[in-house]
Amino acid sequence: MTDHTASQMSLQSPGRRDFLKLMGVAGGGLIVGASLTGCGTDLPGASEQGALVANAFIQILPSGQVQVYIPANEMGQGVWTGLTTLVAEELKTPPEQIRVKHAGVHPDYTNPLLKIQATGGSTAIAGFYAPLRQAAANVREILRLAAARQLKTGLDDIRLAEGKVQALGRDYSFGLFTGTAAQLPPVESAPLTANEDFQYIGKVDQRLDAVAKCTGTAAFGIDVEMPEMRKAVVKRCPVNGGKLKSHNGDTVESLPGVDAVVVLEHGIAVIAENYWQAKKAAESLQITWDLPELAQQSTEQIQGAMRSALAKLEPGEGDADEVESRGDIGGIAAAEHQLSAQYSFPYLAHATMEPMNCAVRIENDRCDVWVGAQSNQLVRDCAARYSGIDRDNVHVHDCFLGGGFGRRSHLDFVAEAVQIARHSGLAVQVIWSREDDMRHDYFRPASVASIRAGFDGNGKITHWRARRAGGNILPYMMDDVVDVVTTGVLPLSVANWLSKRGYGVFDGWAADPSSVEGLFEDYDFPNLQVEHCTVDAGVRLGFWRSVGFSANTFAKEVFMDEIASQLAIDPVELRLRNLADNPRMAHVVRTAAERAGWGEPTEPGRFQGFSAQQSFGSLVAQVVELSVDNGNIVLHKVVCAVDCGVAVNPDIVRAQMESGIIFGATAALYGRVDFQKGAAQQSNFHDYRLLRMNETPAMDIHIIESAEVPTGVGEPGVPPIAPAIASALYAATGVRYRSLPLQE
Amino acid sequence: MISFTLNGQQVSCDLPDDTPLLWVVRDYFRLKGSKFGCGMGLCGACSMLINGESARTCILPLAAVQGQRVVTIEGLGDVDQLSPVQQAWVDNNVPQCGYCQSGQIISATALLARNNNPGDADIDAAMSGNLCRCGTYPRIKKAIQQAAGALQESSEAGVEYYQPAFGQSEAAE
Repeated sequence: MTDHTASQMSLQSPGRRDFLKLMGVAGGGLIVGASLTGCGTDLPGASEQGALVANAFIQILPSGQVQVYIPANEMGQGVWTGLTTLVAEELKTPPEQIRVKHAGVHPDYTNPLLKIQATGGSTAIAGFYAPLRQAAANVREILRLAAARQLKTGLDDIRLAEGKVQALGRDYSFGLFTGTAAQLPPVESAPLTANEDFQYIGKVDQRLDAVAKCTGTAAFGIDVEMPEMRKAVVKRCPVNGGKLKSHNGDTVESLPGVDAVVVLEHGIAVIAENYWQAKKAAESLQITWDLPELAQQSTEQIQGAMRSALAKLEPGEGDADEVESRGDIGGIAAAEHQLSAQYSFPYLAHATMEPMNCAVRIENDRCDVWVGAQSNQLVRDCAARYSGIDRDNVHVHDCFLGGGFGRRSHLDFVAEAVQIARHSGLAVQVIWSREDDMRHDYFRPASVASIRAGFDGNGKITHWRARRAGGNILPYMMDDVVDVVTTGVLPLSVANWLSKRGYGVFDGWAADPSSVEGLFEDYDFPNLQVEHCTVDAGVRLGFWRSVGFSANTFAKEVFMDEIASQLAIDPVELRLRNLADNPRMAHVVRTAAERAGWGEPTEPGRFQGFSAQQSFGSLVAQVVELSVDNGNIVLHKVVCAVDCGVAVNPDIVRAQMESGIIFGATAALYGRVDFQKGAAQQSNFHDYRLLRMNETPAMDIHIIESAEVPTGVGEPGVPPIAPAIASALYAATGVRYRSLPLQE
Repeated sequence: MISFTLNGQQVSCDLPDDTPLLWVVRDYFRLKGSKFGCGMGLCGACSMLINGESARTCILPLAAVQGQRVVTIEGLGDVDQLSPVQQAWVDNNVPQCGYCQSGQIISATALLARNNNPGDADIDAAMSGNLCRCGTYPRIKKAIQQAAGALQESSEAGVEYYQPAFGQSEAAE
C-alpha cells in the first residue's frame, strides 16, 4: 500500500450523509442491495462510530464486522465474490461473513494494470490479486499486534481463524482490538498466505451477490428512484455525428406529464414524471437533421473499401502499418507449401440486458450520479466536465451493471444525462429503449483479415503474414475521454478542441493493438509479419467482450484448420507441431482434445471442431460438437480447457467460460449489425438474435491446476468458440465458412 | 381507475389504461425487481405472474389486469425466506449480471406450478422466451431440475401443487 493509505489508518466518525440510505427510505419501499457510502475524492468515511478504517478497502466495525470496498464494478463477472475472497483469505474470515460495498472514487482504487479506476480487459482479479491480499494481510497483522498487547501475551500465541482472533484457548471478536490497532504504527508488508495453506482461495464457490439477484433486491442503475427524480427519453440522430437542424420540441412540451424538453446537439430529451409519459411524448417529436458524411455509407461499401485496401497491398501498393514482425517474411514465396485466405466480420452490438441509463442530480454546486458503469473515475470526471462542477463535488454512486461487455466503458450515456440534468435543472434519470441502445452503440468493428502462410509437408509453419483492414477503437475511446480527463488540467478551450476529433489528433499513432490482436499469437511462427490498414467510415467503435480477439482469432484459427485440411493432418496435431515453444498452450490444447474425445468416433451426424487462443493472460482451448439439420446449425456440446493461473473461485471461472462460449456462439451464429445510409438497421432482439436456452449446448469446463498468478476470465472464453464452430461446420459439410455470422 | 392484486395486496392506480404493467409496477408502485429489457415482449426480463402464468408485462396494458392476480419477483420470497426456485438459483450460482433473473425465476415458477417433473423439452419450451446475455442457461436448467426435485419431495408430503407464496412485500398502497 502507499504511505498515503497507511497514514489513513484511524478511527473515524461518520461524517457524511448516506445517500442511498436516504434513497431507500424516501423511495417508497425500494430496498437498495447496492449500498455505498458518499464518495468523491476521499476515502470512504467510517460507516460507524469507532470503526477501524484500515485502508481504502477494509474497515472493521466495533461489532467485529469486516466491511470490504470493492474497487471494481460488478457486471456479472463475479468480482464482488472474487475480490472479497482475496480479503477473506488473508483476514482468515469466511467470505459470507464479510459485508461487501461498492467503492467510491479514489486513487487507491486505481486498477494496477489499467492505471485508472476502471473495470475492463479482464483485469480485476489479476490486478488486485497482490495489493488486496497485502492490504488484508496488513490488517491481520495489526489485529494480532493489538491483541497481543491487549491480552498481554506473545504474538506467537495469537492467530486469526473463522473471522475471530484466537488466543489462549479462546475466540475474540475483531472488534475488541480495533481501538488498540488504531494506535499502533501501520503494518506495511505482512507476510501473505502460502498457496498450499489457502482456505478460501480456490475453494470458495458461492456468489455473494446471488441472493440479492434472485430476489429483485439488487439495485441496478435503472432501479434508482428518488421522489423528485424525473424520467427522460432522448430522440437521437440515427446517424452518428448528425446534428439537430429543426424540430417541434416546443409543441411536445405541452403534452401530458411532460416537465421539460431539452435540446441537445445530437437530439432532444423529453422529461416527464414517469418513463411511459416521456416515451409517448418523445414519439411526437419531429426532427430534421444535418447529416454527416457517414450518412452516405452502407456496410457493403465499408467492407468493400476494406477489401480493396487489402487487395492494393498484394502488388505492393497501398498503405499499411507494420505492427509486428520477426524473422524474414520475404522467404514466404519460396516455402514448400503455401496457402492464403480472407475472412470478414460484421459490426456487432453489445446488447446488455439492461439498456443504458444514468441518473443525475445537480444541486447547490454538487452533482450526484447514479449509474452502472465500468469506470467510476471516468464517470466522475465526465460529470464534472459536463456539469461544470469541481470533481471534488461530484459523487458517483456505483450500482450493479446489468451487463457491461465493454459497452459501459464508454461515457456517452453519462455525458448526455449530465447535460440534460444541467439544462433542465431537474433531477433526472435518462432511460434508453432497446432500440436506442442497439442503434447508438459503440460497435464491435467490422473488419476484413487476410492471412498467407508458408509451411513444410509436416505442417511446421515457417512463415505467417496477417493483414487486417478496419477501424480502430482507440480514437473513439479518446473522443470519449480526452476532454473528460483533461478538464481542469488543460484550459477548457484546449479540452474542447481535443474532444471529438480522435482521428485528427491521433492519426499519427501506430495501429491500435486491439485491431490486430488474435491474428498471430501463441504459435512458433519463426517468420512473421502483421500489417494494418485503417479503414474507418465513422461508425462509432468500441470494446466488445474480448475486443480484437472476437474477430481475429476466427481468422487465425480457421486458417490453422485450413492448413490442416490441405496437408491432411489432424488439426489438433497441426497445432501441437507449432507449439514447440509454448508448452503451456500445448498442455491446454491436449487437455481439451483428450477431455472431448477428439479423434474418437462421434454419434452419427455429429462433427467436431477445435480452436485455441491465449487472451487477457489466460489460455483457452475449446472443442465443439455440432450437427447440421436442414441447414440449421445445432450445437450439442462444448468442451473447454482453461489455464488462468490460480482459479480464485473455480465455479465462477467455469461460469465465465460458459458465459463466453454462449456469447461467442451467439455472435458466430447470428450476430450482425448492418448500416444503411449510416444508420444501424437492427433494433431489437427479433433482428439481433441471441442464443436461447433451447439452442444452448451442454458444456464441460476443465480448469487446469496452476500456482501462477491469476489472469483474466471474463473475456478469454469468447474467442475460440466461433472458429471451432466454423471448423466443425467444414467437417460436417465440406464447405469453408470465412465470413461471420454463419447462420444466415 | 384499474384495480388488481399485487403480491397479494389489493391495489388500484389511475395511470392511463395503455400504460404497460411493467411501468406501472416500476414507476408507480416502485417495485424495481421486474426489469425493462426490450419493450416488445421478446426478452422476458419484465415477466410477472398473471393468475399464475408468466406474462410479458412490457407489452401488457394496465387495463388488461383489472381484477387479476399479479405477482412479481418481490412476491415470491425475500432475502430471509427464499422460495424453492430462488433457493435452487442461489445453490447453482445461476446469476451473473443478474438483470434477467427476476424474469427467469418467474417463468420457472410458472412452469413448476403446473408441472413439477419437467423434462428437458418442457424446460426449453417454458424458458426459451427468457433471454440471458450472460449465458446462464445451463445453470438455469440445473436449478429448475433441483427445484423440481425439492417440490416433488414436498408433494409426496401432501402438497399437491406448487403454489408460490405471496410474500408480505412492501407493495405501496
